[in-house]
Amino acid sequence: MVNDTPKIQVHDLNFFYGATQALFNITMDIPPRRVTALIGPSGCGKSTFLRTMDRMNDIIDGARMTGEVLIDGNNIYAPGTDVVRLRRNVGMVFQKSNPFPKSIFDNVAYGPRIHGVKKQAELVEIVQRSLTRAALWDEVKDRLPENAMGLSGGQQQRLCIARALAVDPEILLMDEPASALDPKSTARVEELIGELRDQYTIVIVTHNMQQAARVSDLTAFFYEGRLIEFDRTKRIYTNPAKKQTEDYITGRFG
Amino acid sequence: MKNAGEGLTYLGLRLATYSVVLVIGYILADIIWHGIPALSWEFLSGPPRQSGAAGGILPAIVGTFYLVSGTLLVALPLGIGGALYLSEYATRNRLTMAIRLAISTLAGVPSIVFGLFGLGLFVIFCNFGASILAGALTLACMVLPTIIVACEEALLAVPQGLRSSSLALGATKWQAIRTNVLPYSLPGMLTGTILAIGRAAGETAPILLTAAAFFLPRLPGSIFDQVMALPYHLYILATQHPEAEKVRPMQYATALVLLLLVLGITMGATILRSRFRKKYRW
Repeated sequence: MVNDTPKIQVHDLNFFYGATQALFNITMDIPPRRVTALIGPSGCGKSTFLRTMDRMNDIIDGARMTGEVLIDGNNIYAPGTDVVRLRRNVGMVFQKSNPFPKSIFDNVAYGPRIHGVKKQAELVEIVQRSLTRAALWDEVKDRLPENAMGLSGGQQQRLCIARALAVDPEILLMDEPASALDPKSTARVEELIGELRDQYTIVIVTHNMQQAARVSDLTAFFYEGRLIEFDRTKRIYTNPAKKQTEDYITGRFG
Repeated sequence: MKNAGEGLTYLGLRLATYSVVLVIGYILADIIWHGIPALSWEFLSGPPRQSGAAGGILPAIVGTFYLVSGTLLVALPLGIGGALYLSEYATRNRLTMAIRLAISTLAGVPSIVFGLFGLGLFVIFCNFGASILAGALTLACMVLPTIIVACEEALLAVPQGLRSSSLALGATKWQAIRTNVLPYSLPGMLTGTILAIGRAAGETAPILLTAAAFFLPRLPGSIFDQVMALPYHLYILATQHPEAEKVRPMQYATALVLLLLVLGITMGATILRSRFRKKYRW
């Protein structure tokens, strides 16, 4: 549907929490340097699906999956995969902004530091670049040593985006990044996603259908653990192929 | 009618609280009233004479201090390690359930049993003899369950989001724990541990057979020395001394010093905790 080699390929993915199956036979190709939105009612598996792409489900007791997730053609669930390296390449922004209770500078420098960057000059450069890309630099440049917990909710979320960008990922996963924010901060984060789309492959889970329509190039509709429809956002919103998609988008359920 | 019932319940609860406070208040007042006259610089800084009938209690104060410090040194790292394993690494299976059961059972074992265990393992089998080392190890075994539980709670209090954010940035599990879990739970671990140790400071039974000397008017020279200890000294003066009536003021003063010591430890822990609570808020 988009003429690029896909960045992320998912083949026949099934996912279980203990005995409960959360995802059924998901197969989809996510193109590079585009924003792909995952929409669907609560509990439809979209967040679980997002988390399979950086193996964040690994830390959940009793979670199990079958199928494949390939990034740049490599199966990230193959034995011997370096999960640390994978997560460096795939950044994640969570629903609840969760800055570390450290200074603004240390928050952004956290990733580079654990990956071995020691030179202060280099860290300063990375921090400035990441904060600039996350559209936060002008607001915080004079208060880098202050504790990040003192920032507003919207600023905290942009800080988390900057923190994810600081390890130089190619893919950015966002799990309802604006659902806890006020309308103005939400607009700011959406604008930021628009600015990042040329350089990163972005997959965003959202509850807010208007948001998906505004920020994404492609939209996938999930329902009860199944991928119902996946197409260009414009098409999903104007002329969906499946009745369920249409019902959800027109607000008949969900 | 409903209001009368409410009032009665309230009254009952108040009376229950007041009676507890009254009993503790009476005990404290009694100890302070009789203890203060016998307190003197000589009492605090001198060795006992005439098998405790005269002189001071410095060796007992120092002995208790050594025992408590030794317990802290042994129990804190072990407790933190155990709690880290249980709350961060272990999965829920039969083994970890058995470990948890063992911990809560150990917490309920009477202290004299720990004393006998220490006598068997540290004093006799390890051949440490009755010594500071054997006593501190025994006390450490006794407080370990409490410390593990306190440390686990401190770890659980750190928001899960900090762990997942660190992992999502490519941190290994240990990096995430070291940089974003331990620093924020350490104060809680420390205060929980100190509170447990404060209780250990007043225990007699575990050191009775493993560390405490009846009468030893000099300061210990090494960790293999026997020591006097405040709770044991008090027990001797009150029940084993030939002239129990005559040494009554010494008993009260010893009890007062022990109380102040435990109070100091507890207050220190509480202050530490409230300070760190203000520092980290999420």
